[in-house]
Amino acid sequence: MGTLEIKEKQFNEIDKRVLEQIDQLIKIYGMPIMREPKTNNPLWVDVRDLTQRYVIPIGKIYKFFEYLNQGKLIGTKCPKCGTIYFPPQDDCTSCRLSGLTTVELSGEGELLTYTIITVKPLSFMHYQDYIVGIARLKEGINVLAWVNEDPKNIQVGMKVKLSVVKREPEGYITYELRKA
Amino acid sequence: MSNVAIVGTGHTKFGVRTDVNLQELTWEAVKQALEEANLEQKDIEMFVVGNAGGWSSEPLSAIAIGEYCNLAPKGTMRVEAACATGSAAIRIAYQAIKSGEAKVALVIGVEQMNQSPHPVAVEMMGRAGNYFWEFENFGLTFPGYYALYATRRMAKYGMKEEDLGSVAVKNHYYGSYNPYATFQKQIKMEDYLKSRVVAYPLKLYDACPITDGAAALILASEEVARKITDSPVWIVSQGFASGTINLSKREEFLTIDASRVATEEAYKRAKIDFSDAWRYFDVADVHDCFTIAEIMAYEDLGFAKRGEGHLMARNGETYIGGKIPVNVDGGLKAKGHPIGATGVSMAVSITRQLLYRAHKGTQADIRNGMGITHNVGGTGHYAYITIYSTRKPNA
Repeated sequence: MGTLEIKEKQFNEIDKRVLEQIDQLIKIYGMPIMREPKTNNPLWVDVRDLTQRYVIPIGKIYKFFEYLNQGKLIGTKCPKCGTIYFPPQDDCTSCRLSGLTTVELSGEGELLTYTIITVKPLSFMHYQDYIVGIARLKEGINVLAWVNEDPKNIQVGMKVKLSVVKREPEGYITYELRKA
Repeated sequence: MSNVAIVGTGHTKFGVRTDVNLQELTWEAVKQALEEANLEQKDIEMFVVGNAGGWSSEPLSAIAIGEYCNLAPKGTMRVEAACATGSAAIRIAYQAIKSGEAKVALVIGVEQMNQSPHPVAVEMMGRAGNYFWEFENFGLTFPGYYALYATRRMAKYGMKEEDLGSVAVKNHYYGSYNPYATFQKQIKMEDYLKSRVVAYPLKLYDACPITDGAAALILASEEVARKITDSPVWIVSQGFASGTINLSKREEFLTIDASRVATEEAYKRAKIDFSDAWRYFDVADVHDCFTIAEIMAYEDLGFAKRGEGHLMARNGETYIGGKIPVNVDGGLKAKGHPIGATGVSMAVSITRQLLYRAHKGTQADIRNGMGITHNVGGTGHYAYITIYSTRKPNA
């Protein structure tokens, strides 16, 4: 399933119902005015919708995505102070140095904490409940990602491994944590 | 440098306020504050609007409010510091008066979150971390961010589910006495334990509701305050700080670092000793967007030792009559958390407490005449600590 199909499915479920309701209200009352079920307060249902989809510049850290495409995870490293950055960034703002070098991450670490998201954001409604964890890698940096494990097998402090995976149903490349 | 006094307060009923629009809701609080201070709009030199925005339809909320409340053409701006927006608004007015730039300033905090459908509201709050690295791919929610702190504390300090529950039970207890609160209903521990999980280990009863509401404060210089009131409440000091946008860049997930830094700044200015800070205050309002946040606040304010905040909750030490009463207005948990209004609402609660004007059943004993508010934005992204007193600070 691609993003278009997912969107269409969501559209059918949510937006279409609202649009039908607006048409219905206009037909009955001459204006898009409804009564809130609990309070009976009259509400004007906005006829102008706003869909927001950002385009986010990634040029300065493009290497990260090239490596990810090859199944590798990298951080960036400042050649002067040695700080490893994850999420990757190309500027060491404390040394005022740009064009940092890349380091491949060991992916080995321990789970610092986790949560299971059962009430999901609108744009994540099409996933099963998911676990988000933060792991501290051997390099001393933290990575936040989904933990692909049965909740029963998860404990704070357990050894975890970071790996590159395909996120379904969209089919795009990302990374996740698993029990090591 | 002038001392800064609170000379008027206003507060609306919090909850689902779809009976009014954003401007009308704001007016309820502004009108109350003007009446309390016995001032007119022409006496207000500037107004600051704390409104995180996005939930409601007016993008230029400060201007919409200025027109409706008859405050134009006075200068204004909308300020944003996530859930600490209200305190950020106070800061602007506080500094304007302290510096002598203004003599009378109006602070407004307002949010009408119920203009958006709930799933959209959940989405927007989830986006309030590092958008690209933490939301885009991993879909964190606001309870999710705080749940990461709760899980860690359970593993490291042995905090129990019931400890979180005791915060919820306390805040609902006091909420039941606050006519402005969203939830005016007490809950039992068993109700808490049965409530549905929203982001493990946090449950629905760990979380504050999606809320509409407004609050207002009128601040004045010492010279003006003396003319209009016999009972000003002074802002003694304020500390503020920020944290990393990426939660993954935090160290331990046991405390909110920004809140600790802001506290130290506020205490230093007010000459308060961190280790026995609770002795100075009669009452505190802390940021309990989730029960775990209140527990961390006890430690970040120095009321409990590191790793013992949940014991303070367990032992009921933050009820009236305990070590220090906390969130006896119901807190964000029961009173509600209209994002931009919360910081201002906290200031209103503490001001009224210090003047013995709290609602029946919620009045703390006022001995030192001092109170404190702890307002965190995002998940420790912003922190504002403000100290109030009935005694004039040494200028």
